[in-house]
Amino acid sequence: MSERVALSLMVNGEAHEVAVPARKLLSDVLREELGLTGTHVGCEHGACGACTIWVDGAPARACLIFAVQMTGRAITTIEGIGDGALTAFQQALHEQHGLQCGFCTPGIVMTVEAYLKENAAPTEAEVRDLLSGNLCRCTGYHNIVKAVLATVATARA
Amino acid sequence: MKPAAFTYHAARSLDEALALLAAHGEDGKLIAGGQSLVPMMNMRLAQPRHLVDINAVAGLDRIALEGDRLVLGGLVRHQALARAPLVRAHCPILAAAAASIGHHAIRARGTLGGSLAHADPAAQLPLIACLLDAAIELRSAHGARTVAAADFFAGVFATALAPDELLTAIRVPCAVPGQGWGFRLMSRRVGDFALAAAAVIVTLDTAGRVETLQAALGGVEATPVTLGPMAYTQQGQTPHAAWCAALATSFAAACDPIDDPRVPAAYRGELAEALLARALADALARTRGRTP
Repeated sequence: MSERVALSLMVNGEAHEVAVPARKLLSDVLREELGLTGTHVGCEHGACGACTIWVDGAPARACLIFAVQMTGRAITTIEGIGDGALTAFQQALHEQHGLQCGFCTPGIVMTVEAYLKENAAPTEAEVRDLLSGNLCRCTGYHNIVKAVLATVATARA
Repeated sequence: MKPAAFTYHAARSLDEALALLAAHGEDGKLIAGGQSLVPMMNMRLAQPRHLVDINAVAGLDRIALEGDRLVLGGLVRHQALARAPLVRAHCPILAAAAASIGHHAIRARGTLGGSLAHADPAAQLPLIACLLDAAIELRSAHGARTVAAADFFAGVFATALAPDELLTAIRVPCAVPGQGWGFRLMSRRVGDFALAAAAVIVTLDTAGRVETLQAALGGVEATPVTLGPMAYTQQGQTPHAAWCAALATSFAAACDPIDDPRVPAAYRGELAEALLARALADALARTRGRTP
């Protein structure tokens, strides 16, 4: 039953052919088969948000998806963000000290970047509600919120 | 924290999904959004031998108005329930309840059918389905049947769904003009399942007295509890603050709250009473055109 299934995964605009057991989580396939270790694995049950990626542009927990489900879907990981440079939000995280250990940061970046495409001018309350889905044990969130709001303010200036 | 092995089947049509379910019986399990099933598989609380993926089945994510009913496909995502103009216009309490589920990334994948079929006692969508007396449409390779929400939920994580059945859609009545609604939930952290939740819809007559009233509590018993016959006795009542408090007290007193070490039954009951009183007040404010 653990036989491998051959599939083609479109990740960050590139097609990858892999053969993995059906039970292998997308988070593990990204990290172990494709070497995309920017997607972090925290809780493995959807609570912590560290493994947040995009499926067809929408945020999703990579630990709650089996890689075999992703035929025909476009996956974006933290490595596929920003064309080789920091995005405005990543730069703001840097400037506002929005990370310490950095473990949660890829998930936070994927969550926030996806949300800003839907709502370019969120309120602080909306940002805090959004970030409720991503656990950060270092920062206390204040500087992450500041970084999102700074990004929004800069984009509107 | 890795799931047990299974065989994966990607259904390309409803008929194919139903045939796969029929073939695998108790060994088969549907996967849609996977936001409840995959955590259970990762923790090995669920170990299906065959997984039937319906994400690619066309037509199951329909949101449509049919007469005075809103038809919502089983594959409609929570985010779509929360945002779709048809849902916001015709069933605002459902949109509000969906917006309170989990987190952004969870709502983007989780589905209506998945939440109802999973039947967590504290989940939002079973509560609203019971409040609105939704008609739940089930299909199997052998035919179709419609089950009322009150008959669908059988217990904690238990429903009327047979192993070979798929929840295709639900039908809920559209809100009538002047209807007010209230939805309140309490959870320890944003996005957690509720400790308790209350949902209310009410209409008033021209004299401002209660014309129709529906109320339901979630997370209190094994399945959502509705006000039932107690609702009819409220007709013609003048809904002032003391009425809200008294009704909440008698409804909560009629419940038999779940008791667990972290949330004792007495606390759960008090929470249900307080949430219901607030949901009633919110609903009344909305009948008067005020947003709470």
